[in-house]
Amino acid sequence: MPAGLSLRGSLAGYRPGPFYCEMLGFGDSVPAHTADIVKRLGKVSIPQLRRRARDAEAELFNLGITFTVYSQANSTDRILPFDVIPRVLSPSDWQTLEAGIRQRVAALNLLLADVYGKQRILKDKIIPPELVLGNENYRPQMKGVKVANGTYVHVCGIDLVRDEKGEFRVLEDNARTPSGVSYVVENRHLMLRSFPDLMEGVGVRPVSDYGMHLQRALREVAPGGSRDPNVVLLSPGFYNSAYFEHVFLAREMGVPLVEGRDLVVDNDRVYMKTTGGLERVHVIYRRINDDFLDPMAFRKDSLLGVPGLMQAYVKGKVTLANAVGTGVADDKAIYSYMPRVIRYFLGEDPIIANVETHICGEREGLAYTLDNLDKLVIKPVGEAGGYGIVIGPKATRAELEECRAKIKADPANYISQPVISLSVSPTLIGDKVEPRHVDLRPFAVTGSDTWVLPGGLTRVALPRGSLVVNSSQGGGSKDTWILE
Amino acid sequence: MNSLLARFAENTFWLARYMERAENLARILDVTKTFVRDRTGGQDWLAVVEINADETPFFERYETASARHIINFYIADRDNPTSIISSVRAARENARSLRHLISTEMWSHLNRFYNALNRLSRSDLTVANLSNLCERIKLGCQAHVGITEGTLYRDQVWCFYHIGKYLERADQISRFIDTKYQHLKRVEASEDSPVDAGQWSAVLRSVAGYQAFRRTHPRGMRGEDVLRFLLHDPDFSRSIVFCMTQIHQSLRDLKQRFKLRQDPDADKEAKDILDSLRDRTLVGQVLDAPHAFADDFQRRLIGLSDRLGHSYFGWLK
Repeated sequence: MPAGLSLRGSLAGYRPGPFYCEMLGFGDSVPAHTADIVKRLGKVSIPQLRRRARDAEAELFNLGITFTVYSQANSTDRILPFDVIPRVLSPSDWQTLEAGIRQRVAALNLLLADVYGKQRILKDKIIPPELVLGNENYRPQMKGVKVANGTYVHVCGIDLVRDEKGEFRVLEDNARTPSGVSYVVENRHLMLRSFPDLMEGVGVRPVSDYGMHLQRALREVAPGGSRDPNVVLLSPGFYNSAYFEHVFLAREMGVPLVEGRDLVVDNDRVYMKTTGGLERVHVIYRRINDDFLDPMAFRKDSLLGVPGLMQAYVKGKVTLANAVGTGVADDKAIYSYMPRVIRYFLGEDPIIANVETHICGEREGLAYTLDNLDKLVIKPVGEAGGYGIVIGPKATRAELEECRAKIKADPANYISQPVISLSVSPTLIGDKVEPRHVDLRPFAVTGSDTWVLPGGLTRVALPRGSLVVNSSQGGGSKDTWILE
Repeated sequence: MNSLLARFAENTFWLARYMERAENLARILDVTKTFVRDRTGGQDWLAVVEINADETPFFERYETASARHIINFYIADRDNPTSIISSVRAARENARSLRHLISTEMWSHLNRFYNALNRLSRSDLTVANLSNLCERIKLGCQAHVGITEGTLYRDQVWCFYHIGKYLERADQISRFIDTKYQHLKRVEASEDSPVDAGQWSAVLRSVAGYQAFRRTHPRGMRGEDVLRFLLHDPDFSRSIVFCMTQIHQSLRDLKQRFKLRQDPDADKEAKDILDSLRDRTLVGQVLDAPHAFADDFQRRLIGLSDRLGHSYFGWLK
């Protein structure tokens, strides 16, 4: 640690190493926007921090802010591990990110309107047509369907990482049913309860009005003519691991939390079964995948869906949020074309750059990937949750050879990216504060215009050195502060 | 918008029923341990099995109605659907589906309560600890009722909760009357000595009615008066008439305040039950044939539940 940077209290032994640090920047001096919080953390001892962290986690458990893991006979409620040291972003960084996210969401919506409309971007050869039309997430049923305000992606989660130069980059777009926003709000509540002294007098932009913004956006996209539209949240039910979030959002919006069995379609209109009989539903914020929405249109074995829903949707009698078929836009293969998509539709350069990406479906990309396998991160295009990712520098020779064979067998299913040295954030691990890698998933809500929740979900990879932040793979989360 | 999904109405109804059931069982176990003695001075644990009509499932699992077996079967046995842990678990699962409708406090308490029951060890489940444990369970159930009273919004959800709670309570009291008065008949037939007052005070204590009864009947304690109190007292919150009055009122609220259609009229059904309870000869009839009364009453409650199901829970006929 360079001279002049003296850390006290809980941060006394903290060394970020060769990475960009969210708290200490490049490590030579404390950035202006974190100076206050560094000072406050300096007044807390590690045992104090530990004690409060334990209380905070007990509270998460008692409040049932859990995701549920089901095994054969039992259900286990687990909390998403919560780290008590916040991740702080400066107002100017956030201003740039917010503009970049709006730009990205606008481009995603224009892209979807086009691929389900005139397909100019395919005719102009900006994106190879087979990549879109042959994509398993492309829904031909959506061709020519008009959606309210041209909004397909009502809720978008964009995964961002920060490289060793401190630059933000887009790692992934989530345009289907991104989850995690409930943790953003609950983490803040937890922080306010457990660490009032840490937050006292610090101007942090609020996150608790997410539900209001979402509810307003969903009402804005109701089918024409409904003056007081009924909005519902459609969940697969409490066996779903994100059920807590469904509860949370329904409660925050004050709307019924329905399952497929609570809805019926009659004469292309959707109704819910209430104690007073059938009642019309205008907007469905659905947290189930396209495949399961309607057994008549998609998977016939779906018991979660509502027969006839798709036809009601296509006829414009009900709005689904997000729209059907958005999966084609957040596909990892399409991702690599997003900078070109932004330029094509908006005539602007991307405000937040992509991570450099090699498309194995293209000849140069494949050659480069196979030549540099041990230096790259290889990702299957169709998987979510961090599954199937091979990190070249950490893989064994045998793993690399297996990966090489898989890529050769099905090149179009893979992309590769350089290993990004994700930024780190001081994290309480046992009785030490250590650097751990983090990412950021901001949430954008779009009805007639786009609102971005200030901050987002900071996920932290808890195992030492790990770069995988997914909760299914040992990830936790932090409160994210956007300063006023 | 204030409409309520049919499924949530039903889940609310069951949430209340399961919590009421858990509390009643804890009361019965506690009182049996403290006050109920058979002729040899031993605790009459078999009575608990009889009240719950659990003879078959119980004796499939255990040879004798010993204290240890009863405590295990009725408190901690997850395979027994009528055990306290099963009831609280079922209440919690219903509450889980209702989390966006009920208060965070309600959910959080139920979650803690279930977690605490889940952690019970063998040493908690002994006769020596039983009173203490039953006390904790009762407190847990009462805290639930208190939090519900203090935080649940008084819309339809409240009505369905209220109906569930009092329907279960009425059902439990009728079972209780059934076994206790059958027991009385048996004792009277076999012995000269009448059932002592201690038996009746135990009956009253298990329904938290001892002090109320004493206030209204300062002298003496006759089985007939106790029965009249349990059946008819309009101000005792566990009498059958009180429970049915509450159910009737909530059903009328659903119809009149919330403008819900009832087809066929469930509130009239509740009124009919109430009227039949007010029959002056009822006490004599129950003393003569307690089981026939309880059987008939429970059948009518099931009929009422069916009407609720068809009117509000979306059951198909």
